[in-house]
Amino acid sequence: MSTPAKLPRWAELGLLPAINLLAALLLSGVIIKVIGESPWAALKLMADGAFGSQESVGYTLYYSTNFIFTGLAVAVAYHAGLFNIGGDGQAYLGGLGTGLVCLWLGSWPFWAVLPLAVIAGAVFGAAWAFIPAYLQARRGSHIVITTIMFNFIASALMTWLLVNILIKPGQQSPESREFAPNATLPGLHTLLGKIGIPFTSTPLNLAFLFALAAGVLVWVLVWRTRWGYALRVAGQNSAAAVYAGIRPSRITIQAMLLSGALAGLLGLNELMGSQHRILLDFPAGAGFVGIAVALMGRNHPVGIFFAAVLFGALMQGGSQLSFDMPRVNRDMVVVIQGLVILFCGALENVFRGPLATLLARFGGRKDAP
Amino acid sequence: MNSRPFAVTPSESSAPALELRGIDKRFGAVRANRAISCAIAAGSIHGLIGENGAGKSTLMNIVYGFHRADAGEIRVAGRVVEIGSPQDAIAAGIGMVHQHFMLVENFTVLENVVLGAEGGRRLAGGMAAARAGLEQLARDYGLDVPLDAVVSELPVGLQQRVEILKALHRGADILILDEPTAVLTPQEADQLFKMLARLRAQGKTVILVTHKLREIMAVTDRVTVMRQGAIVGEVETKSTSPRELAEKMVGRAVLLRVDKTPAQPGATLLAVRNLEVRDRLGVPRVKNVSFTLQAGEIVGIAGVAGNGQSELLEALAGIRAPSRGEIVLEGRDLVREGMDARARRRLGLAHVPEDRLRMGVVAGFSAEDNAILGYHDLPVYQRGLLLNRSAIHGGCTQKMVAYDVRPPDPGLHIASFSGGNQQKLVLAREIDSDPRVLLIGQPTRGVDIGAIEFIHKKLVTLRDAGKALLLVSVELDEILGLADRILVMNSGEIVGEVARADATEEKLGLMMAGVKGEGRT
Repeated sequence: MSTPAKLPRWAELGLLPAINLLAALLLSGVIIKVIGESPWAALKLMADGAFGSQESVGYTLYYSTNFIFTGLAVAVAYHAGLFNIGGDGQAYLGGLGTGLVCLWLGSWPFWAVLPLAVIAGAVFGAAWAFIPAYLQARRGSHIVITTIMFNFIASALMTWLLVNILIKPGQQSPESREFAPNATLPGLHTLLGKIGIPFTSTPLNLAFLFALAAGVLVWVLVWRTRWGYALRVAGQNSAAAVYAGIRPSRITIQAMLLSGALAGLLGLNELMGSQHRILLDFPAGAGFVGIAVALMGRNHPVGIFFAAVLFGALMQGGSQLSFDMPRVNRDMVVVIQGLVILFCGALENVFRGPLATLLARFGGRKDAP
Repeated sequence: MNSRPFAVTPSESSAPALELRGIDKRFGAVRANRAISCAIAAGSIHGLIGENGAGKSTLMNIVYGFHRADAGEIRVAGRVVEIGSPQDAIAAGIGMVHQHFMLVENFTVLENVVLGAEGGRRLAGGMAAARAGLEQLARDYGLDVPLDAVVSELPVGLQQRVEILKALHRGADILILDEPTAVLTPQEADQLFKMLARLRAQGKTVILVTHKLREIMAVTDRVTVMRQGAIVGEVETKSTSPRELAEKMVGRAVLLRVDKTPAQPGATLLAVRNLEVRDRLGVPRVKNVSFTLQAGEIVGIAGVAGNGQSELLEALAGIRAPSRGEIVLEGRDLVREGMDARARRRLGLAHVPEDRLRMGVVAGFSAEDNAILGYHDLPVYQRGLLLNRSAIHGGCTQKMVAYDVRPPDPGLHIASFSGGNQQKLVLAREIDSDPRVLLIGQPTRGVDIGAIEFIHKKLVTLRDAGKALLLVSVELDEILGLADRILVMNSGEIVGEVARADATEEKLGLMMAGVKGEGRT
């Protein structure tokens, strides 16, 4: 039969991703062995680099914040039956919105800048997703193709803006001037310090809490509102949606707007929270990692959180690894990340069948008298 | 019903044409076939009957090499054979005619028959040999088909004949037919049965997989009944009755006839005038259709599948926009007002779709989420901005109890329910909304006999409560059993209207084939 085997919930959400991850790490270990380093030492270095100290945890979660936003963006579109590859471009443009607010309203108080920066990020991201969504809904242009193209357009547009308009006068590198201090997000160490918990200074900032809130919001919207119900019906069975009086084309546009808005919030973390200026290519592929995060997290906010932390850890632990083990360079780290994506995403069904058979046999034996 | 015009005594032969011993097949946790052993005599027509999900198709797919059995052996003419693929099955002399034809529509008959058995690099030689072979077959079995006609231009009955020829051309001695009459008119079905009888007379063995008791009684020599993956009985057709077979299939006594009183039609609720529906390519599928539907009656639309009934139903329900005409529900023209399915439901026009899995349910959802499909924005199911999960859960539990949906667990995945129980839930959803008019397509497709009985009773109760029902079904028995008035559709037109009292299968069959009936011109 062609349909994937059904697994019990705990195996589907816990065991299968764990097995896939293990397989990816195993193969990574073999590769590290081949280039003449100890896999075990490498694993230890990576884990230590990702979770070994307050500083490493801070960096890991800082990276994870980006992936939560883009992972949620992919998941919302997925539930509407759409594959949004354009997270990178939407994050790029969303960051522009956030950045412009921070540049222009630097003299305003923080509490007034913050909501405007959030709204601007969401609106710019949503607007960038709207065009492919509209083309899909009204013209049938495939959203995978158009969102990919819009990543390139976003990239070209931002380069032009940064080189010609936003660049700080008298400077070589294409970056805007720095945001005023009250147009930046406080670091999490500052916030924790205020309530008496000491924490090392890291780029981890208030945007992390926004990401968690976005996860809750997505969960409520998709699983607990009638709009989310309509979204899921349209995503899983568009004929049933029409039968129920739900317009799939309208859902397509609405879902992509929300998806783009979520991706657009990446600028909160990256620009307002950490870099404090608009610069070239700040999404750094987070839109694509978001696809892997959503896949691995089963398109559920809780799963996305854990998958985002995993990819944050790979990012942070990987840079630690390449620093301490010169033979494992940056490219090797990308290979390891690629293997994780390969096993958790593309090959996620490889172990499904055998696992289902195993569990069925094991479960069957347990039921027998 | 007990007449068996095509039956003859099977020829005596030492080894059975096909013998199965201890076939076991498991899909995940489901045992689709358990310890199946049976023997099918050479030169006989053997029926395989059972409800949907009883394991008939799995068993035949094992014999034809689509699936591999977990245990057991297959013997053809006494010899054990390993069947790992359809190629192996063909080599062993087994041919299969699928319910959905496996033909390339824009190829000719000859090209289709040759496909996969071209016999060498150059096509011409194989084609010539095939032509000679087919002409021989046509002479031997009386299977006349225009070899150079394009398949898409042939009527369905002839397309099926092409499938049979294809199997015979590959040297099949055992022919498996899976639900062969689903797409045929009663007359075409009779022709098929005559053809099968001729094949048997020439020594071929035929296995007929079906859920229609009438066909089993009419044409088979022996019949094997399956239930829940196992064989529950094998009898000689002569010595059994439809009632006995039905009881074996279901496991309990069943009512094959619908009890109902004459209809008491009231006011006209739905009026359709000059309706025309075109498909995506602009081809008219429903042509100038007009009829009315009164309170307290069931109007049946009979016709061979694909003659515009589906498009008509979808246009009425608001799923497909008509290109012309009016649909008036109690004085309001739904077409002019541009109402979609949701708006029509609010006016009291409920719809049980023909294809449950394609449209009626969302396969990935739980039962309770499916129980609000189309009604998810009713105020009862809201609590502020959120969905009222407990109301949804409670509403579904209520429906499941009232309609005997088993198991009555609203949280369970809809795919875990049998077809009959899914259909009962869909019916519950549409009927509980208290509609004025109910459109029902194929109410018992893929539904087990026990549930059919229940569903038919519900529909009659609904009629007696003064609702208007429009029933579209390709099962003529169902139309004859339920409808008070019958409209017959052929290539998009209503070719006739018959009162139930005047309707016979034969008369309807002729009209379904396009012969205009009386009452309309």
